[in-house]
Amino acid sequence: MTALHRLIRDPRLFWGGLFALTLALSLFAGDLAKDIGAKWVMKFPKPLELPLDKLISAAMKWLLEEAAIGPLSFHAVTRFISALIEAPYLAVRGLLVDGLQRGQGSYAVQILPPLSWIAVTTIFCLLAWRSGRRGLVGLVGACFLYLAVFGRWESAMATLASVLISVPMGVAGGVALGILAFRHPWAERAMRPVLDLMQTVPVFAYLVPILFMFGFGPTAALVATVIYAMPPMVRLTTLALREVPEEVAEAGRMAGCTRRQLLWKCLIPTAMPMLMVGVNQVIMLSLNMVIIASMIGAGGLGYDVLTALRKLDIGGGVEAGVAIVVMAIALDRLSQAEARRVPGTGRGGRLVWIGLAVILATSALGYVLPFVQTYPAGATLTTGTIWAQAIEWININLYDHIEAVKVAILIGLLLPVKGFFLGIPWAWGIVAMGLIGWRMAGWRLGLMALLMTGFIALTGFWPEAMITVYLCGVSVFVAMLIGVPLGIWAGQSDRANTVLSALIDTLQTLPSFVYLIPVVMLFRVGDFSAMIAVVAYSIVPAIRYAAHGIREIDPQMVEAGIVSGCTRRQILWRIKLPLALPSLIVGMNQTVMLALSMLVITALVGTRDLGQQVYMALTKANTGQGIVAGLCVAFIAIMVDRILTAAARGMERGEAGHG
Amino acid sequence: MTFLTKAPACLLAMLLATTAHAEVESTDPIKLTLHDWTGQLITTTIMGDVLKKAGYNVEYVQADYLAQFAGMRTGDLDVAMELWATTAKEALDEAVATGDVVNMGETGMKAIEEWWYPSYMEESCPGLPNWEALKDCAEAFSTPETAPKGRYLGGPVTWGGYDEERVEALGLDFEVVHAGTDAALFAELEAAYQRKDPIILWIYSPHWAPAKYEGKFVEFPAYSKECYEDPAVGLNPDMAYDCGKPSGPIYKAAWKGVDAKWPGAAKAIRAFTLTNEDMGAMVGAVDLDGKTVEDVAADWVAKNEAIWSAWIK
Repeated sequence: MTALHRLIRDPRLFWGGLFALTLALSLFAGDLAKDIGAKWVMKFPKPLELPLDKLISAAMKWLLEEAAIGPLSFHAVTRFISALIEAPYLAVRGLLVDGLQRGQGSYAVQILPPLSWIAVTTIFCLLAWRSGRRGLVGLVGACFLYLAVFGRWESAMATLASVLISVPMGVAGGVALGILAFRHPWAERAMRPVLDLMQTVPVFAYLVPILFMFGFGPTAALVATVIYAMPPMVRLTTLALREVPEEVAEAGRMAGCTRRQLLWKCLIPTAMPMLMVGVNQVIMLSLNMVIIASMIGAGGLGYDVLTALRKLDIGGGVEAGVAIVVMAIALDRLSQAEARRVPGTGRGGRLVWIGLAVILATSALGYVLPFVQTYPAGATLTTGTIWAQAIEWININLYDHIEAVKVAILIGLLLPVKGFFLGIPWAWGIVAMGLIGWRMAGWRLGLMALLMTGFIALTGFWPEAMITVYLCGVSVFVAMLIGVPLGIWAGQSDRANTVLSALIDTLQTLPSFVYLIPVVMLFRVGDFSAMIAVVAYSIVPAIRYAAHGIREIDPQMVEAGIVSGCTRRQILWRIKLPLALPSLIVGMNQTVMLALSMLVITALVGTRDLGQQVYMALTKANTGQGIVAGLCVAFIAIMVDRILTAAARGMERGEAGHG
Repeated sequence: MTFLTKAPACLLAMLLATTAHAEVESTDPIKLTLHDWTGQLITTTIMGDVLKKAGYNVEYVQADYLAQFAGMRTGDLDVAMELWATTAKEALDEAVATGDVVNMGETGMKAIEEWWYPSYMEESCPGLPNWEALKDCAEAFSTPETAPKGRYLGGPVTWGGYDEERVEALGLDFEVVHAGTDAALFAELEAAYQRKDPIILWIYSPHWAPAKYEGKFVEFPAYSKECYEDPAVGLNPDMAYDCGKPSGPIYKAAWKGVDAKWPGAAKAIRAFTLTNEDMGAMVGAVDLDGKTVEDVAADWVAKNEAIWSAWIK
């Protein structure tokens, strides 16, 4: 009894024991089971699998074909919503791309042209000017010029139109739900699991039902974008309102505010900086969705990237991809500047008139001088075959070295880890996850982990889930290995920070498909290419949180270290790193989340994980399979999140105890 | 000033346009689906151009290849111009069985899908293109991850193709690796071709790849339905799939309402045919020479008036 007690209490014994047992089972259970003919040990018996996917597909069919609210069929309701969203979208699109048209399809006749490229660029520059920062005007102007000069104008405006609709929808919806959660604890309790799922279920999983409900075309893509981009806004709104100092609310109440006035006149303005972080996230995530949205009919820059890469036109893919990055940067910096602008300052009314004048002047001039209306095709630049030639040169001259490194990593790291995870018998996997959850945060989390892992085994996705865990695990390990030192560097040096911020923005918005194809050319189809793509995308929070953690350290602590004669190395390892550890763990948590969200993309280079299952379900329009596999991904993400959160909390508590 | 004088002119032009089109059965736009490979875009654009010549209103809609059947069943989408027997036959038959979708016949193009290798591989594996050569030189196609087995790069899992089964049934010492998308598939071919590295992979035609790279399809025992379904048929008495892949027609399909709403257009869609050679050349013009799909399609329409005017008669 005491031995068992000690085993549970002593962390080294517990974790060591758990790992040793898992390793032993992973190595020997498979062969042993084969010898005694018990196949069910490794493979969950098929007859016992829950036919959940078929149930969901049937329910979906019923919902679309038979469900009705009174005389209104469910289908009619979703189509009505679709029309509601489509109307403003078409209006914005008309303004930016199509102009004012009469008639449908090829009968359409343009009555008025869209805003000219000069007008659009000027309007955005004026918005930047309003914030009173000259540097920003230059940046925004350069971004829009890039779109025109590289011949991406029309696609970029189509993408801009969908962003201009989806971002306000995401922000408004997010703020509304966030306020609801702030006011009513029950709403928050109800919303938390939904938000978790929205953030972790891969987009492809709910694309099929959305297509069925909202029809083919831009609306379905807009709805999917909003679902994907809204959760951070909800969370940040609730958090921001809660962090408003009690004194501010008190002052409002004393001044006789009503509940509504208190919220809109006191709390929200005070919470504005944090709300703007949410807006930034919504913009970034919306632009992240551009590629996936283009797969279901949104067109725009995402479609350019896809078609270019299908022809192996790497240069075209890079140019279109960079156009997305450029647009993200312009919109993000503008929204940040707008948030920081003190109301009442800057230049106001006059700018509206300048803007209108430019629109009218360029539209009128456009009839006489076509280049004013549309950027002339003859004057566009292209990087042409430079990219393809660069890749070819690397491919021919450096391939042997690349191959050697790749094989070493593959044999030394990837394959052993894969073998380890694939060898774990499902029943032990369930028990082990339960034990880990219980050890980290009590029986509730233990039970939850037990049920979620059980769900994965029961729905028959165990092997795919293990490949997912292996691929994400290895990628997160590599991302942390590279990202944390970079983050520490950025946290200590301002110059490094500037360089790395630009890198981070690019990595976050450059569609991974753009670099995936060159990666495949150099590393072939397989897990290694997938790992590179996942690392490139998920390294962002690893860098960001490490830098944040280092920067937040109380300077007195470092001072104390210097006074007591620590070397630089000692200061880093003995003082800074331990103090930044909770922040590193939060960063790791985010890295895991991003890695999991990249799974669907890695399916495009042929991995055999849950992402592939979701992707297959999409191409076969199999609602049930997509949602069930998507839920499995979400459950893995939620378990990791809870366990790491508990770990970070434990560490902070431990620290407080010492201090 | 120019603007003010131009606007009424536009309105007038629009009115005239509406009257000019009144002779077709319905002026609602016919929605043709676009996918993401060049051949399909060309086929669809040619059909659209011809329908426009006949006075029909045409609209192009981006839609996923297999997910589009859901749209065609409800009438959200009207016409799909390229449904390959090799990849979409099951989905097409299923949709036709519901009664909401109509098979509009063959496009005249033949889909070929098979194992393919670049010509330089004949040096290290002299017996090719006969498939039996692969039995002895699997190692020539190996990579560090698969050695001593050969590595065969298959299409995305969703394409099916039964390559794992084929390898086992024919006793080939190969490991099947699936590319996730066809972009990845051809990226790997391009890279291997640059280095003259060993590669054997799934290629389909009509496509630009067989035109750009020098190589051949492997000749497997000819496909038959029985060979896929009956283990006893074929070289291996105990296993099915001991033969090559099927090749088959590329079909067109439409929402059932098209016949009633635009009878003339339906007739034209049924009559539409192109040959593999024409299509191969046009795909090459777009993907290799960098012309736009619109230009290439318009070029075909301009040069072949005798052919398409018969479709819309």
